[in-house]
Amino acid sequence: MTEAAEEKGADVAVARRRPWVRSVLRRLVVFAVTVLVASFLVFLLVALLPGDVARATLGLGASDDQVEALRSQWGLDRPLLLRYAEWLGGFLTGDLGQSYVTGESVSSQVAPRLAVTAWLVGLSTPLALIVALVTGVIAAVGRRRWWGAVISGVSHLGLAIPAFFAATLLVLVFAVALGWLPATGYEPLFAGRGVDLAGWASHLVLPVAAIVIVQGSLLARYVRSSFIDVLTEDYYRTARAVGWTRWRAVFRHGLRNAATSLATVVGLQLASLLVGVILVEQVFALPGLGSLLIRAVSGKDLLVVQGVVMVLVVAVLLINLIVDLAYLAIDPRLRRQGETA
Amino acid sequence: MTEVRPDIIDNPRRHSWAQRVVALVSGALLAVTLAGCSTDSATETPLKTLSVGATLEPDTLDLTTSDSAAIPQVLLYNVYETLVRLDGEGTIKPLLATGYDVSSDGLTYTFRLDRQAEFASGAPVDADAVVESIERMRQAPSATLRAQHEVVASVEAVDAATVEVELSRPSNMWLYNMTQKAGIVIDPAATDLATAPMGSGPFMVEDWLKGDRVVLEKNIHYWGTPGRFDEVDFRYIADPNAMVSALLSGDIDIISDLTSPDSLSQFSDASRFTIIDGTSNAEVVLGFNHSRPALQDLRVRQAICYAIDRAGLLDAVWGGKGVLIGSMVAPTDPWYEDLSQTYPYDPQRARDLLAEAGVSGLNLSLRVPTLPYATAGAQFIASQLSLVGINVTVEELDFSSRWLTEVFTNAEYDMTIVSHVEPRDITMFADPTYYWRYDNPTFAQLVASADEAPDQQRYVTLMEEAATMLADDAAADWLFNFPNLVVTKAGITGIPDNATTLSFDVTTIASRQ
Repeated sequence: MTEAAEEKGADVAVARRRPWVRSVLRRLVVFAVTVLVASFLVFLLVALLPGDVARATLGLGASDDQVEALRSQWGLDRPLLLRYAEWLGGFLTGDLGQSYVTGESVSSQVAPRLAVTAWLVGLSTPLALIVALVTGVIAAVGRRRWWGAVISGVSHLGLAIPAFFAATLLVLVFAVALGWLPATGYEPLFAGRGVDLAGWASHLVLPVAAIVIVQGSLLARYVRSSFIDVLTEDYYRTARAVGWTRWRAVFRHGLRNAATSLATVVGLQLASLLVGVILVEQVFALPGLGSLLIRAVSGKDLLVVQGVVMVLVVAVLLINLIVDLAYLAIDPRLRRQGETA
Repeated sequence: MTEVRPDIIDNPRRHSWAQRVVALVSGALLAVTLAGCSTDSATETPLKTLSVGATLEPDTLDLTTSDSAAIPQVLLYNVYETLVRLDGEGTIKPLLATGYDVSSDGLTYTFRLDRQAEFASGAPVDADAVVESIERMRQAPSATLRAQHEVVASVEAVDAATVEVELSRPSNMWLYNMTQKAGIVIDPAATDLATAPMGSGPFMVEDWLKGDRVVLEKNIHYWGTPGRFDEVDFRYIADPNAMVSALLSGDIDIISDLTSPDSLSQFSDASRFTIIDGTSNAEVVLGFNHSRPALQDLRVRQAICYAIDRAGLLDAVWGGKGVLIGSMVAPTDPWYEDLSQTYPYDPQRARDLLAEAGVSGLNLSLRVPTLPYATAGAQFIASQLSLVGINVTVEELDFSSRWLTEVFTNAEYDMTIVSHVEPRDITMFADPTYYWRYDNPTFAQLVASADEAPDQQRYVTLMEEAATMLADDAAADWLFNFPNLVVTKAGITGIPDNATTLSFDVTTIASRQ
């Protein structure tokens, strides 16, 4: 882990910046292409779903002529590729079209719900990471002691529980039996009359806890095994030999080693985390993207389905991009790959 | 990006992150506490809020465009009022109109408006507003509303407080519809019915947090007896378990439509909860496709009815809650008669009828929407029909994407199960193009003459005949009437046992707390 480049002068640093920029650019291009391909797949899948949105909207008394008229009014009788191009153009400018069912702009339906889901994911992911780091390290250091085994066992248990089940248990204990927290619903942080921190926080505690229990347990397993790896390395022994305490050596050396594999796992877990969030939103009746998606699918509101799925896909890709970029920051070897490539 | 390097010299700055975290957490806690305090001080004058849990959220609040039952559930009588309405006994009572006269030929209705009546906006509910509302309904995007006003020939304002409606033929059903959503009076100043409905009721739509709740605020200028709550929230909770937890934990005060009868046992403590188990307007119908040759034979349809143990089905499917009916009539309709014993459970009789009809090895499809009562009922029925030699293939279809198109629109089915929630929808059997394809001119004639009957007694008598005719003809198998299951916190009163309209009327509800 010697960092020779760090010790050199500023001129070398400038030269080194180039491959760094190139790696970043390459990842950005891959991201853009993936988004484009994903958008076409999402559009195609939704367009091929069975059922007729015009018929579903007009209801039971409409004639075939009325249905046809509505289809052409909405442009559903035009070629698929043309509709795709228009939708993509709108998507890039933040306009997801107008919902067929409610006539409302899809973007304005998605935005407030994106906020709810983003709070859930944004609060639970760092908390899960903190929980995972703390418990994982303790479990690794104490792997031959009883307390390490207990923590390891508890995280196994957390791993075995699906998020919605954890959510139901939390509701039964903290909302129904103890009555400390609300069981359902959501209060926006910025309500019309000002900031409602207490209401907002109280409605998010249980949903976030449900996700953290499951995600934290999962990540803790990874933290534990990567820290155990560190404990058997020569540099760890050296650090202990020069007088570092056990915990200090573990944190200084283990953290960066664990960070790479953690970043990978967090990126990979994101898709399953979002599925978990959708179920948790159902259990807590939270007005997030998940409940909007379920509702839009059952109501044949295709543009909303398309919009929500696309927002989720972009979110997953975006976070994976950030994870990729985080690798560059965490692992200097990846940065130097630019020079050889 | 700062590099963390494995230097052996300890850097005191390294410790500061822990202090920062502590500072951050304590700051956040302080903020929460302060916010909590400010909320407390804001509620020094206690506001009475009623929180009502409901299963389905509306897509729009404009009931002229959508037939969704979720819209009248929150708006009818709470936000919008009608000229006249029905009381619990089915008698017509004044609301915005103090009374009305009908001409002897039954064609001209003259409504006298209550001069006190005002919209929440302060504008008077005058004849012009009423005329505009009826005209709006006659041209509504909703085909149902247009059909309900089809008999209207003209509407005019005689003076500021008198409205005259001319019908093209006498219609008892039209007057009934005027007590429901077809008869609401909308404030002419309303510009956006989809998000900001404006009516004359004791409550106004204050806010709609999509995916979560519709907030109704007390109309402090209400012209009649004011509402007892400052705020009424309709909380939308689709998940039945979440709904139960919400009431158990006190998030809501009322479950307005309990969809999981199994969970009733959790509310058995009468000191904490009250359970209302009444009837509704919803008939769960095992529909026959009358355009299929096998089902055109009356004996086959009767055999199916004899072969199904409806009491057993109700126990299996809906926890025994609900009423066996036997025809397309809700127990609260004036022409209700208990016809549930027209075809008592008798598998042997079913086999005899099939033999008499010369039918053996009959194969029928049972294509049901993926709704709990329908899928559970389908399995029960398939197994019972197999005992009398009818082979049933059950297929479950997504309601909006497939059932509506394939079964409801194109009638590609032999049998199906769906709940019909609209009040007094027996008349749908008079429409041969409706998805049952039931073409019985005698029945259609009977329903038409009942509609034109000159007095209530004759109307009821003819409708009773119509209901019996449907049952005798086994036009469908009416499995059961859905229960109206409402659970409230103890101390909440004023909710009628039986749901006779699509409205969840909060204007009569009171709370002891």
